[in-house]
Amino acid sequence: MDAITVEHITKKYGDVLALNDVSFTVGKGELFGLIGPDGAGKSTLFRILTTLLLADKGKGTVAGHPIVNEYKEIRKKVGYMPGRFSLYQDLSIEENLSFFATIFGTTVEDNYDLIKDIYVQIEPFKKRLAGKLSGGMKQKLALCCALIHKPEVLFLDEPTTGVDAVSRVEFWDMLKKLKTKGIAILVSTPYMDEATLCDRIALIQNGEILKIDSPQQMISNFEKPLFSINSTETYRLLNYLRVQNFTESVLPFGENLHLITNEPYEASQIEYHLKIAGFSDNTAKTIQPTVEDIFLDISQPVN
Amino acid sequence: MNTPFAIEVDKLTKRFGDFIAVNAITFKVKKGEIFGFLGANGAGKTTAIKMLIGLSKPTEGMGKIAGFNVDTEPEKIKKNIGYMSQKFSLYDDLTVVENIQFYGGIYGLSRKKIKEKTTEILEELELTEVSKSLVISLPLGWKQRLAFAISMVHDPEIVFLDEPTGGVDPRVRRQFWETIYQVAEKGRTVFVTTHYMDEAEYCDRVSIMVAGKIEALDTPHNLKQQFEATSMDEVFLKLAR
Ligand SMILES: Nc1ncnc2c1ncn2[C@@H]1O[C@H](COP(=O)(O)OP(=O)(O)OP(=O)(O)O)[C@@H](O)[C@H]1O
Ligand SMILES: [Mg+2]
Repeated sequence: MDAITVEHITKKYGDVLALNDVSFTVGKGELFGLIGPDGAGKSTLFRILTTLLLADKGKGTVAGHPIVNEYKEIRKKVGYMPGRFSLYQDLSIEENLSFFATIFGTTVEDNYDLIKDIYVQIEPFKKRLAGKLSGGMKQKLALCCALIHKPEVLFLDEPTTGVDAVSRVEFWDMLKKLKTKGIAILVSTPYMDEATLCDRIALIQNGEILKIDSPQQMISNFEKPLFSINSTETYRLLNYLRVQNFTESVLPFGENLHLITNEPYEASQIEYHLKIAGFSDNTAKTIQPTVEDIFLDISQPVN
Repeated sequence: MNTPFAIEVDKLTKRFGDFIAVNAITFKVKKGEIFGFLGANGAGKTTAIKMLIGLSKPTEGMGKIAGFNVDTEPEKIKKNIGYMSQKFSLYDDLTVVENIQFYGGIYGLSRKKIKEKTTEILEELELTEVSKSLVISLPLGWKQRLAFAISMVHDPEIVFLDEPTGGVDPRVRRQFWETIYQVAEKGRTVFVTTHYMDEAEYCDRVSIMVAGKIEALDTPHNLKQQFEATSMDEVFLKLAR
């Protein structure tokens, strides 16, 4: 039995189509990522699956229960971490956690091993009010609260926004462990390195799913010529490459630029061309795409 | 009094009871620089920024922002800096134009100036079409650029951006950094925090805070050499825990 099934779900707000005929399934113990630009419809989907919002059309099940008729069962069996924190600002860390445990009829001790890896990072401050925590500390507490009743299905809407780079690694290690306990996880994230860690991802845009596949498969299906270029004059080079005929797209990637050309070239040809154009110290390499390259390739510019 | 520095901080400290959130940090930021202020969750970045912009009094130490003392001249500082908080401070239930007018008013701009600024911001951000829409209906990326523009409505010399790209998708983040570059090119100083390590590479210099202290400060290039790392992500992982 699948942990989540979504069939032809459609949702409109006024005349804005937030979700358009969305279908997919998530298996037990599967880590499934929803990747898409801001406003793509991810949070709407989370709200529908956690029974907080009704779809206009289509149907779905969570942990075997239909989302419309059996919402009470679903609410007991899922953990949900919404994009905006749902903590009680005037309760301490400790109090927030035991509050969430109590409403689900369990105790913090019973499920401590589920949250331990993340909780130890904020435990030294457990008497502090949630309102006085840093942004990332709040995220960590919210995750612990979503997990404390050992849900069968976990919905995480951008759980690592504001979480530092070290903790993000630990956080994803923890998600992998939850998977092995059979918990299904639907997660959205703006971090493409995290998308790579999912079993499968759905790329979603303007309320429609463009692609569903494993990250590895998406990477090997990418066919465009892609280069990573390094230069000491990154910004000047970016502006130069933008207006060249051979450029399909060029974008900064940390200290490098990633260039997609509209015809195949050898990296050495690109290097030579740039040397002639006055970028004496550049190096170019043909590279495999990352999920970030794929995302940028299919997402349309905002303006 | 013409110093080349926009920000000068000496042993700045903030305590909450016996907890030291910011522990004697010392650094300088040059005018026109893009300075990345990095650190793990709870390291003390937001607490430090609040002292730098005159919102919170230091327990000890000295800070000068645009030549004004953080302890004794917080009002002057507020007029000379822009600030965009970790959760953008736009009013969701006001329209785009109303938000601009509201903040223009807070900064004491004349009516004429507010009008000019409104047109300028709407045109630059291509928001003219949605000028009468409520902010709550805008995509996150637009809200964020609007919040940035509004934080500079009074033409400050320095802008403080606390995680301006938190939760923002890869394409919009890149557009936002273009805007940061444009602002810095006009000679403004940009002081920015982020948890995206690729963005750390876009800064002129970065500092890394660990448990209230600045443990490293240099250009991304030099930091990578110093920590024998190939990316800022690696530098951060080595330092932050
Ligand atoms: N008013 C307060 N009372 C008590 N402690 C506080 C208060 N404000 C902040 N702190 C504590 O100071 C520390 C630093 O918090 P701060 O918000 O500056 O971190 P940060 O570096 O901005 O983290 P993040 O990356 O998560 O935003 C944290 O331990 C926080 O709980
Ligand atoms: Mg902060």
